[in-house]
Amino acid sequence: MHDTSPFPAPAAPPTAPAARVIGVGGAGIQTVEHLLRLGLEATACAAVHTDARRLETCALPNRLLLGGTVTRGLKAGDPEAARRLAEAEAHALRHLAEGADVVLVVAGLGGNTAAGCAPVLARVARENGALVLALGALPFDFEGRRRLAQARAALQELRTAADAVIALPTQRAAALLDEQTSLTETLQIIDDLLARGVLGLLRLLRRDGLINVDFGDLCQVVRGRQAESCLATAEAEGEQRAREVIEKLARSPLLDGGRALAEADALLVSLTGGPDLALKDVNQVMDQIHRVAEHAQVIMGALIDPALGRRLAVTVVASRHLPAPAPEPEAPPATASEPPPPRAEFPTDDFPEPSGPGRANPEPTGSARRWVPPPPELTPEQARRLLADQVAGPTGRRRRRPKPEQIALPLQVISKGRFARTEPTVYQGEDLDTPTFRRRGIPLN
Amino acid sequence: MFDPAPQLVVGLEIGTSKVCAVVGEHHPNGALHIIGLGQARSRGVRKGEIVDNTAAAEDVRTALAEAEQMADVEIRSVYLGVTGAHLQSFNHCGRHTIPSHDRVITPEDVQDVVGNARAFPLAQDRHVIHVVRQHFIVDGQPGVLDPVGMPGTRLEVDLHVVHGITTRLQRPICVVKSLQLEVENLVFTGLATSLAVLTPQDKQRGVLVIDLGAGVTDYVVYTDGILRHTGTLAVGGDHVTNDLACGLNISQGRAEALKCTHGGAAVEPEVRGRTLALPSEHGLPERPINLEHLRRIMAARLEETLEIIAGELEDAGLLASLHAGVVLCGGGARVPGITDLARRFFGAPATIGRTCAFNGLAATLDQPEFATGLGLVRFGAFQNPTARGPRWTARLRQTLGQLKAVWRAP
Repeated sequence: MHDTSPFPAPAAPPTAPAARVIGVGGAGIQTVEHLLRLGLEATACAAVHTDARRLETCALPNRLLLGGTVTRGLKAGDPEAARRLAEAEAHALRHLAEGADVVLVVAGLGGNTAAGCAPVLARVARENGALVLALGALPFDFEGRRRLAQARAALQELRTAADAVIALPTQRAAALLDEQTSLTETLQIIDDLLARGVLGLLRLLRRDGLINVDFGDLCQVVRGRQAESCLATAEAEGEQRAREVIEKLARSPLLDGGRALAEADALLVSLTGGPDLALKDVNQVMDQIHRVAEHAQVIMGALIDPALGRRLAVTVVASRHLPAPAPEPEAPPATASEPPPPRAEFPTDDFPEPSGPGRANPEPTGSARRWVPPPPELTPEQARRLLADQVAGPTGRRRRRPKPEQIALPLQVISKGRFARTEPTVYQGEDLDTPTFRRRGIPLN
Repeated sequence: MFDPAPQLVVGLEIGTSKVCAVVGEHHPNGALHIIGLGQARSRGVRKGEIVDNTAAAEDVRTALAEAEQMADVEIRSVYLGVTGAHLQSFNHCGRHTIPSHDRVITPEDVQDVVGNARAFPLAQDRHVIHVVRQHFIVDGQPGVLDPVGMPGTRLEVDLHVVHGITTRLQRPICVVKSLQLEVENLVFTGLATSLAVLTPQDKQRGVLVIDLGAGVTDYVVYTDGILRHTGTLAVGGDHVTNDLACGLNISQGRAEALKCTHGGAAVEPEVRGRTLALPSEHGLPERPINLEHLRRIMAARLEETLEIIAGELEDAGLLASLHAGVVLCGGGARVPGITDLARRFFGAPATIGRTCAFNGLAATLDQPEFATGLGLVRFGAFQNPTARGPRWTARLRQTLGQLKAVWRAP
């Protein structure tokens, strides 16, 4: 059942980074299947599951059954079991990620398989030299607290294993729907929402743009920040499309009703339009984005996709710094004295050569390929110091010197109108005398 | 002289948008008859507090004169409504051990326990406005309404205390005193409003009263028939106007007019993309105003206000007990769609407050804006136990007043 053959060379032009979308677990596979229906090439997709029957019915050509000999394809009982299965077959997972510059791991983290396997897959793919984005859908409220806790734990693991993690709050998306909507329809709508986000991201990575955004830029936004990122795509058509797109984004449940934009530290905005994409559209959209996300570092791109016709699609990836993570045993290992158990299964000489067998063009065209060095020999004293450094700042492997930052003072002083000279009404740190729409970044255009 | 004359109770509210004086007659049989009303546009008040003494005094004088004329009485003392961001409230518990041998609680014990409960720590610059008795707890059993005559060893009482900064409370008192009038009592306006619009049944079932004033928003919660929570948020209709003026780039006066004519608490689908032609001002060309933006600015402010109140109630654990719903008063209650908004935030039915059980000018006064004035009168009536009849000083004063009226008549 193992589909262990290496992937064929990606069909994209040699300059385009090869992306691979891997669905883990039932929900992840469902989303990837939906992506396939939306027009993604089948060679770029793969499915990983512990359930043989689900994989039988799966439309994806590249499938991997985990633990076929252990559970006989009858699913894993808990995340820990799924994780052990994934660790045992890590070489197969590595084959799945072979030859890709960007690996998107899509998983519904409420499930056992996804919660256990997704972090392992992310880690293996990253060790292979790919940039790993994990999209974890959190479970619905009705699925119970245990699954939510499990999903949160898995999300935390993914944060340490993958370059960037985007959590997709399905419950928030479902809250927007009519109560009468049937369950199948709800699931479809949410799948669609996720799939369109992924598609927007892939579009951004693959096509050559007018104003190019490549995955280097994406890395800059999402990588190494131990960040909480979110992703949303909106499309609109017609006269007022620029305005409508922004409104849709501001209302998007995936962006927390626009709040994620306002709180973002880094923002990647990609506009995709048909051949008639006008400067006016770009201007309007970027103007609004800049107004909403005042403090963020904004990277923008624009590209033409004839398939879109007269529509305008905007994909936003917003990242926010998290407070420094607490030292966890699963944090990227720096101690030679006690390497974590998963790492022990991979001898360090097993790390891939810079030219993998699946690469069409072995010359380093993209910068995502990187060789991960084996843990250095350290004395316990050095290890402790290194760990302390990691806790304080970004993870040690990608530690960057903090750039000296010059803060721009706000030029436009927000007027409080008639309350300018009264005692401010401060509630939980907010000055309520300042107009609400300004504070909440409600767009007026 | 043998038939005790009805007593005069006057409520005075120095609000941010208007000064309102309501004159009531409190009859010995307990009936309350509203006989006069005076109003004046308020100019000296911001966020519920006086910032211009002279202007405020003038406005108070105008309102009182109008009320005197209408009721054909002379006003000597008022119940004064106060509000503002400096008001705070908390619940406090007092304890008392019953010393008597037969272990039956006496009225003196009740007095003692209330006295104990009143001994709460308070910052020096603060003054207590209200101490409202909640429930008694007898030997750990809560929910006792009247413990007198009950056997027990330990008596506790919960009080709800409303207090404010002394100097800021004195400001309106000074204004009233400068007009040679007495202040009978200070009353928190939110409490007064709730007195005007609530029935005992509402209080029993659990209700939230929100007074959406021009300068401040007061709110009061009753459950099980007792006052649970009071609060003041110094955000009101003026903020909505100010937001509109800032967002639409128009003057405050125009913003106020637009708010009243085209305002709403929701952005309905039919207002999307609609514009209003604003007539020219000072020879400026006509300017279109986007109705959708107007609504969005307004909805954002109103939503935020209700959200804050809902958050406060949730912290106090009261959000789930509003079985009788939410009652909205004040000018803000006139905003179309505000009841739906409140229903959404509090998960309970929302209505606009109706002043109940008043005689006299009831029909004229049955407006959400007058609830506070009427509530002040009702508060005054509660404070004036008529069973004893008027005291001799009051009678003397009344006689003198009549004499004076006779003296002035010719």
